[in-house]
Amino acid sequence: MTKSEDLIKKYKENSEYTHGFVTDIETIEVPKGLSEQTIKFISKQKQEPEWMLAWRLKAYERLKKMKEPNWQKPKYPKIDYQDLYYYSAPKSLKDQPKSLDEIDPEIRKTYEKLGIPLEEQKRLSGVAVDAVFDSVSVATTFKDELKKIGVIFCSISEAIKEHPELVKKYLGSVIPLTDHYFATLNSAVFTDGSFVYIPPGVRCPMELSTYFRINASNTGQFERTLIIADKGSYVSYLEGCTAPMRDENQLHAANVELVALDDAEIKYSTVQNWYPGDKEGNGGIYNFVTKRGACRGKNSKISWTQVETGSAITWKYPSCILQGDNSQGEFYSVAITNNYQKADTGTKMIHLGKNTKSKIISKGISAGNADNTYRGLVSIHPKAKGAKNFTQCDSLLVGNKCGAHTIPYIENKNSTSDIEHEATTSKISDDQLFYCRQRGLNQEEAVSLIVNGFCKEVLQQLPMEFAVEAQKLVGISLEGSVG
Amino acid sequence: MIEIKNLKTSIEDKKILNGLNLKINKGEVHAIMGPNGSGKSTLSYALSGKEGYDVSGEILFKKKNLLDLNTEERAQSGMFLAFQYPIEIPGVFTNNFLRTSLNSIRKAKNQKELNAIDFLKLLKEKAKSLQINQEMLSRPLNVGFSGGEKKRNEILQMALIEPEFVIMDETDSGLDIDALKIVSNGVNALRNSDRSFLIITHYQRLLNYIKPDFVHVLSNGKIVESGDWKLALELENDGYGKYLN
Repeated sequence: MTKSEDLIKKYKENSEYTHGFVTDIETIEVPKGLSEQTIKFISKQKQEPEWMLAWRLKAYERLKKMKEPNWQKPKYPKIDYQDLYYYSAPKSLKDQPKSLDEIDPEIRKTYEKLGIPLEEQKRLSGVAVDAVFDSVSVATTFKDELKKIGVIFCSISEAIKEHPELVKKYLGSVIPLTDHYFATLNSAVFTDGSFVYIPPGVRCPMELSTYFRINASNTGQFERTLIIADKGSYVSYLEGCTAPMRDENQLHAANVELVALDDAEIKYSTVQNWYPGDKEGNGGIYNFVTKRGACRGKNSKISWTQVETGSAITWKYPSCILQGDNSQGEFYSVAITNNYQKADTGTKMIHLGKNTKSKIISKGISAGNADNTYRGLVSIHPKAKGAKNFTQCDSLLVGNKCGAHTIPYIENKNSTSDIEHEATTSKISDDQLFYCRQRGLNQEEAVSLIVNGFCKEVLQQLPMEFAVEAQKLVGISLEGSVG
Repeated sequence: MIEIKNLKTSIEDKKILNGLNLKINKGEVHAIMGPNGSGKSTLSYALSGKEGYDVSGEILFKKKNLLDLNTEERAQSGMFLAFQYPIEIPGVFTNNFLRTSLNSIRKAKNQKELNAIDFLKLLKEKAKSLQINQEMLSRPLNVGFSGGEKKRNEILQMALIEPEFVIMDETDSGLDIDALKIVSNGVNALRNSDRSFLIITHYQRLLNYIKPDFVHVLSNGKIVESGDWKLALELENDGYGKYLN
């Protein structure tokens, strides 16, 4: 928070001068490409302590020996890592759009359909306005309230400086430095993200959302989030936004780590609507995210809910490691692909403790020329006596040029376990559309209604206000997919 | 209300209707009877705008050219088709569907959309007269409904929407005698001098309960005979033999 407040303060102070503040930023030289120098530069820009830089460099050393995975279904052109920028300085104010008139009319149309207020539209599309100041005051009010009950909610950069003992203890404890190419890349070059700590016995009284952490706006392509729920605590965290987000970076490789101690519960909800590319499949974001939660304590619970509608390629498996006895993992997912979008998503439920339970509900919707894959692993280890899993994977096809695939892996090493798997594939039929239209709904309303019915079980898991927006988003994402 | 002139339809080069003429005035109830394959269901689809048919001829609906309107526009301008086989939509609750449908039509007519409370009040009242219980309305649309429940649900939607022109496509098929009475009472309750009906059926049975003003015989895609409701009785006795080649 302090960083952005500083920025705003500086901006206010300098705005009377012609270029004071702006020039300042433009003179920062950002090294291009992936190197030790780049990592040192990032660490220095963020005024990180020595141990953090050492950790990053260790990840980088490891990365040099690693290869990008290539077993996923969606293929993409080779990424030149030496051609990327790994640190983006705050955008200079004169580069920002001056008003909403400069924003892509398609995006504005979507804002309107989602019913997003004007000020909010400006914030989302990066228009430089006073709205930022409103957000600051809202955010500050929230922060004060959280502080009273001991909740820490700040940027990860701030946490590295202010709460090093927590960061040192938990960062990389769920997704190790050695994990896989993109996760390790993130560990070396992550720029910012959220940090949450809920102290023992505290039930966080409000949904925590990146929305209220305004300095999230420039976290860039390598976001890092760490959430710790101490014994007997509860937190619900919301990430993302239903409105389409503007972003120039093509590759997004975020890492999210969750840790739930004894009797703690974390509910993590995502709505992802990054730019999916145009109707012919040009451009769009590669969303290669590693999300993993450890139910480290007994009776702990982690629940992932995701609504994935954006990005050219979505490749992610929010997972749960069920270490504590009686711990529970849940994964609720809606993945919508339209036009030439591709998704390869699912979850891993690793049962280590006794009587651990997991539940997977996945709804994949494919339209246009898109391809949608559910890939999941349920693994019951020898000591996971009495473990239970229930998996349901449903695919819905819209039109006849799209694809749906279900690839469930089950590894069972304990005979007392109970594993159920159900899968269905269906299609929106012409008869269903005709019936709806005969009752006065237009084509798009009909598709939206049918698809919302199809993924109701997942949308119900979202916090109330989010759920309403997500329902609209489901309809909008499939516009033009029929007829 | 509606005037059909020289209506011809075909699907994938197969001719079904071969120059059908029919005029239905405000407040009239017409029945169309005919053997299997005579084009009865096709007529209901051609009128309501189902895609996949080549349609020629002229249909004037409330003085507008119906063929210029798409399916939902026809529904919004007052046409309702009670389906022979109502379609199942998993995951979509019946009451939610009914409200979405009613509000789409109200919106198109520039009427105020009903909020949840007002809608439920209206729904309860209409459902009661058709002996539909609340439990059925909170199930997914038509999923796992019995034949009788599906047909009553069609009539319930008709009662909510209050269309001006209703096409009933073999609504009596699959109904036992009690359900037939309930459905017929529902239809009769809606009969008035402003609303017209086109009742498509195989059997005279339904017409004992809903007495039509006119009866037409459809054969080989044309109306080959018209009369009053006594024609239905004759057909019941003699069958369709004499109209077939």
